Amino acid sequence: MTSMTVSRAADLVAALLFILSLAGLSQHRTSRAGVVYGIAGMALALSATVVAAADSISGGAIAAILLATAAGAVAGLWRARRVEMTQMPELIAVLHSFVGLAAVLVGWNSYLEVEANGDRTHVAAELLRIHHAEVFIGIFIGAVTFTGSLVAYLKLSGRIKSRPLVLPGKNALNLGALAAFVALTVWFTVSPNLPLMIAVTALALALGWHLVASIGGGDMPVVVSMLNSYSGWAAAAAGFLLDNNLLIVTGALVGSSGAYLSYIMCKAMNRSFLSVIAGGFGIEAAPAGGEEQRGHRETRAEEAAALLAGARSVVITPGYGMAVAQAQHPVAELTRRLRERGVEVRFGVHPVAGRLPGHMNVLLAEAKVPYDIVLEMDEINDDFADTSVVLVIGANDTVNPAAMDDPASPIAGMPVLRVWEADQVIVFKRSMASGYAGVQNPLFFRENSSMLFGDARQSVEEILHALDAHAASGPASTARQTTGAH
Amino acid sequence: MSAQHPAHPHPPRRIGVVTESTPGETRVAATPATVRLLHGLGYETVVESGAGAAAGYGDEAYAQAGASIGEAWNADVVLKINAPSTEEIGRLRSGATLVSLISPAQRPELLEELAARGVTVLALDAVPRISRAQSMDVLSSMANIAGYRAVIEAAHVFGRFFTGQVTAAGKVPPAKVLVAGAGVAGLAAIGAASSLGAVVRATDPRPEVADQVKSLGGEYLAVNTAHETSTDGYARETTADYDRAAAELYHEQAREVDIVITTALIPGRPAPRLLTAADVAAMKPGSVIVDMAAAQGGNVEGTIAGRTVVTDNGVTVLGYTDLASRLPDQASQMFGTNVVNLLALITPGKDGRPALDFDDVVQRAVTVVRSGEVTWPPPPVAVSAAPQDAGPEEPTTAPPDTDRPRITPAARYGLIGLGMLATFLLVAFAPAQLAENFTVFALAVVIGYYVIGKVHHALHTPLMSVTNAISGIVVIGALVQIGHGNRLVTVLSFVAILLTSVNIFGGFAVTRRMLSMFSKG
Repeated sequence: MTSMTVSRAADLVAALLFILSLAGLSQHRTSRAGVVYGIAGMALALSATVVAAADSISGGAIAAILLATAAGAVAGLWRARRVEMTQMPELIAVLHSFVGLAAVLVGWNSYLEVEANGDRTHVAAELLRIHHAEVFIGIFIGAVTFTGSLVAYLKLSGRIKSRPLVLPGKNALNLGALAAFVALTVWFTVSPNLPLMIAVTALALALGWHLVASIGGGDMPVVVSMLNSYSGWAAAAAGFLLDNNLLIVTGALVGSSGAYLSYIMCKAMNRSFLSVIAGGFGIEAAPAGGEEQRGHRETRAEEAAALLAGARSVVITPGYGMAVAQAQHPVAELTRRLRERGVEVRFGVHPVAGRLPGHMNVLLAEAKVPYDIVLEMDEINDDFADTSVVLVIGANDTVNPAAMDDPASPIAGMPVLRVWEADQVIVFKRSMASGYAGVQNPLFFRENSSMLFGDARQSVEEILHALDAHAASGPASTARQTTGAH
Repeated sequence: MSAQHPAHPHPPRRIGVVTESTPGETRVAATPATVRLLHGLGYETVVESGAGAAAGYGDEAYAQAGASIGEAWNADVVLKINAPSTEEIGRLRSGATLVSLISPAQRPELLEELAARGVTVLALDAVPRISRAQSMDVLSSMANIAGYRAVIEAAHVFGRFFTGQVTAAGKVPPAKVLVAGAGVAGLAAIGAASSLGAVVRATDPRPEVADQVKSLGGEYLAVNTAHETSTDGYARETTADYDRAAAELYHEQAREVDIVITTALIPGRPAPRLLTAADVAAMKPGSVIVDMAAAQGGNVEGTIAGRTVVTDNGVTVLGYTDLASRLPDQASQMFGTNVVNLLALITPGKDGRPALDFDDVVQRAVTVVRSGEVTWPPPPVAVSAAPQDAGPEEPTTAPPDTDRPRITPAARYGLIGLGMLATFLLVAFAPAQLAENFTVFALAVVIGYYVIGKVHHALHTPLMSVTNAISGIVVIGALVQIGHGNRLVTVLSFVAILLTSVNIFGGFAVTRRMLSMFSKG
């Protein structure tokens, strides 16, 4: 048993633990164990690496490692503890950018250690050219991940406008950047030099920025999961660069699982996967013209409460608006209250509701909504026809019937929650403004829809009050009305 | 016809609520609660003194709601329950708007009279039967009340329990109730009767109402004949074939049931005759019939509108036409809410200025007289309240990728083969070390794909944050680079370690926090 074999063994075990971790995370039952495997794998990998490195480096370097790790740990744990569940997308985006930046730094370090040193290098001569290319690929992916995640973070946290940036010839720009990257890589393998390094870094940073800047805020769930995948590929590229199998395995795991997750998202939005990776696929979402403004019906909290009290089954379809209004707690309370009254309450969550895949589930879990009544689109879509009342809370594009009815709609073909099949739909909304995709929603003008304007949190709280008053005055015959009127 | 018409050169702002003159009418067209809502639309209100007295709303209640008490007939908009008399029409200001029940189809002379007065008339009984207009449909809301009240009136006259009981004093069988017509009134009657404990049966020419009948505790009796589906939300006149089968059914039921409530109405026509004198004669003594169609001639032979008739064999036939007025408080409240909803529709600006939009089917349909011009009947409306035609089923999900060219199996094999060949060549010609790296890489990609293949949707976010933490593994790169002499490399590595540590610790911690929240109900 040499230090070499120990390190190899540790790498393999860590890789297996990571696989167990990802596998565990795909089911509720095993998810907690999954995190434990992940932490164990990480601890093993890091300690093995540090122990192996400790032979060859100074005590000062060890101290620096410990200092950096401790500082990072404090910062990370502090953020993790403090972050609001509604801000989860921002946190994940910014963490992705760290991975990207780290990959860029590792790439630069490798350049400084190998290429900048001329012939005095540990890399075998036959591998030198490959190493050049690997440096470039690593930096490129890392930098794209870095700026892309940064833009995603800025958009999600509302620090910059989430509207897609439309530069003239943006596809040509992206393709041009790729072509330039290939050309620079070839050049670099022939004659590695510093200006090329700077050029490729700048190019990749600009490309990452442009890719995500040209994607609208509504498509952020896919973008975040795509960046997740990129951060994995960045790690894998670093692994090639350093000839480190653990990095390659882990990076590839994260990269391919992230890509698959994005692919699921894309299918849910009926987008082409390739156009997502290429960036800027939300562009054609020009507001549908010629849509005449029809009448919508307004309702009040008391009416909504009466309707809910008399309902047999209720489905709540939350969207990003619920997160913005921080309405998940009152919504959970409403759910609890209605269930006590014997009303069947379920949640229908669209795969891309919110700004992160699964965002709504996390919010509802935070508010202690049992997860077995939170259903996916496919699980609940056929039940809407048999539902008395649907509450659409802060969702818009994901419940837009135009996606199914109107082939000219920019969101045509995107699977949506068919809420309009229910007897009554109450839409919680701030105003009649259109959703992220900029598309008018015919749902609001449907005959069985009514609008409850105002802050979602406040509206739900008012309904709770009204429900109390309603309970005090005895159940009215509101149920009759809804069934009897057709 | 432009999109927006101001109804008058000087937009009205005051709404008058007048006292009903029809004998026996206890309702009022606005309650203190709906008056408040009218204020919310930008209107002022004036209520005739005593207008709400019969419904239990005193003048003070209106005053408290912000209405003034006084002469209401000269207001800009007059709200009323029943159609106005000639004398009342004379009291309307020229250019005013009247909102009330009108029966425009039955009373063309009334329309002429109103037109001559130069007013605009919104007929509440001309609201089209579409779901969007349901909130303004007084016929439905009044029918709902009347259906309930019909059961109460029947119970009042019926000398027995509705519910079956087994007591020490003997066994009481439940009353059997037949409800003819499962419209709004019929459904309300079914609900009320079954909640009193009766055995309820219902008939209706529209088979699609069977589920609604069942949901309220009734049993649907189908008339055995060819199906017909209503397309306009109202029952139509039935075919001769159907009528024969129905007559048989009614005859059979009449002998069996204790109470019959008939609700069959066809818009603009006399009520269809459902029970003949012979059927009534076949009923048990003490039975009760409530003929809710009495005002339109009655569904039962021998009904007299507004009167109670007891037949020779002891069957009581109630022909009340004021059933809704017998619940004046809630009837007024619902009527008033319907009126508010209509006014909200024609006051889009909520500024107290009605603006009739004739491009809107609802507004077009209810306006039977506009500024002294008869606008009845409206052009036919494509009504959509009807149950969906059970024709060819629409595909419920989007057609998968129809606009994208499908890959043929041959092309797919070709592509896969090409990919395999490229991988083969790449690895075959690569130096040994790179080949090994590629092997590891390719297998890991496949594992990554399969490992999360069945991920639960709810766990996407935790999965992402854990993969995010794991991708912090890139720290290893920095760890092997730090401290090898080059100061710049060490500094950069230090930064990289710092950043990825935030990532690793933060990612795992936040995942644990999220997962601890998920709980099963």
